Amino acid sequence: MGGAKTDLKLIDENGLRLDGRSPNELRPIKIQTDVLDNADGSAMIEWGGNKIIASVYGPREAYPKHTQNMDMAVVKARYNMAAFSVDERKRPGPDRRSIEISKVVSEALQTAILAEQFPRTQIDVFIEVLQADAGTRIAGLTASAVALAAAGIPMRDMVAGCTAGKVAGQIVLDLGKEEDNFGEADLPIAQLVKSGKIVLMQMDGDLSVEEFNKATEMIDDAIKRISEIQREALAGKYRDIALEEGGE
Amino acid sequence: MDTKRIVVPGDIIEITQDRPRNGIFKCSENDFCSSYFGVVQSGNGFVDVVPFYGRYVPRRGDKVIGKVIDIGPSMWTIDINSAYLTMLHSNDSPWRVNSGELKKYLSMGDYVYAKVMTVNELKESWITLRDVGLRKLEGGHIISVPSPKVPRIIGKGGNMVNMIKDATSTRIVLGQNGLIWIDGSPENIMNAVSAIRMVEREAHTNGLTDRVENFLKGLKGGS
Repeated sequence: MGGAKTDLKLIDENGLRLDGRSPNELRPIKIQTDVLDNADGSAMIEWGGNKIIASVYGPREAYPKHTQNMDMAVVKARYNMAAFSVDERKRPGPDRRSIEISKVVSEALQTAILAEQFPRTQIDVFIEVLQADAGTRIAGLTASAVALAAAGIPMRDMVAGCTAGKVAGQIVLDLGKEEDNFGEADLPIAQLVKSGKIVLMQMDGDLSVEEFNKATEMIDDAIKRISEIQREALAGKYRDIALEEGGE
Repeated sequence: MDTKRIVVPGDIIEITQDRPRNGIFKCSENDFCSSYFGVVQSGNGFVDVVPFYGRYVPRRGDKVIGKVIDIGPSMWTIDINSAYLTMLHSNDSPWRVNSGELKKYLSMGDYVYAKVMTVNELKESWITLRDVGLRKLEGGHIISVPSPKVPRIIGKGGNMVNMIKDATSTRIVLGQNGLIWIDGSPENIMNAVSAIRMVEREAHTNGLTDRVENFLKGLKGGS
């Protein structure tokens, strides 16, 4: 980010990126649900080099009591990076960045959840980043949506997101770590999958209007692919139980 | 064996003749969407989405099992495995309770089988023990299942739970909130629990009653 100088050639002569991806290609994504027994719902996402566990607890009565909302549930997401998640040890605990991410993720999820059904409660979402490799807020949010669905929390729609950015003068999808560090711009967007409404958008660096439009177009298309992965992660398990029994 | 249709939140549910009911909301001019990750079920003129998992929310008239977690001067606070705690007032108990002597009748950790009497718009609820069959649960063993699976464990007209009761010779009380009280000999309780876990795991599949019947027959043959 911020376009730090580097000798790295982020895009080669064939138009391929450092990890050999084409500009419109996502990193491999794998989502697994119900990884934690004590949570009401949980999901682990592996997105490129990112490894993140999202867990959902609740709805349960909100404490401290002054945080209760008499009309709806409050969503309290906490984004946390493990000390060992990055190359150089990160000082543990909340910092400016993780507080900000917790806030934007909470707000993104609050719009998706049918919170009016649970007045006075809170829904806790814990996003633990075990290994970071660029795009953790979006990966964490994507996993949280799966964990919420697995916890049986009523939602208007699923939430999924993706990033795009400008690297070596080109618009590319789903930035990797080097591209994020040495690229010119980074644009994470999350949407409600069916309606396409945007629930999270941040931008670091500069994009022209044309570049921005191109980036959002790429993200729109990528979110459709990601939502299919989410669906498969959720439904696959239950379908397998049915098939297993059918084989008897 | 076929499964019921699995949907995730936001999936469009086609509504033909049956009317939408639980777990379905109007998401645009003429479309209805699922609000849960679960299976679509239709019958009796209604379409529902039954979630795979979910916290119980108290509803008036439900019979629930709860655990006493706090005792006040005139009320017991009961944990009903829900997002909300509930209250049992001493006047709604079958005993003549003097103020301040509540723990003579129900102490911390006791379980009761009670009925939800009232629920207000803030989801504050009060339960009562004054009805037929409601009581303090003594002895036995408590297990918990997700509340959306309770109807499946009861089965059509109670046939699933009756089958398990008969085959394992246990006494079973089911709470709408997903807590289940089982009494019997330890082996029989274990058998009943494994049958209930089987229903819980395969609740979304068809032809479950027959498979549970076979499973219970297998248990009998084995012992």
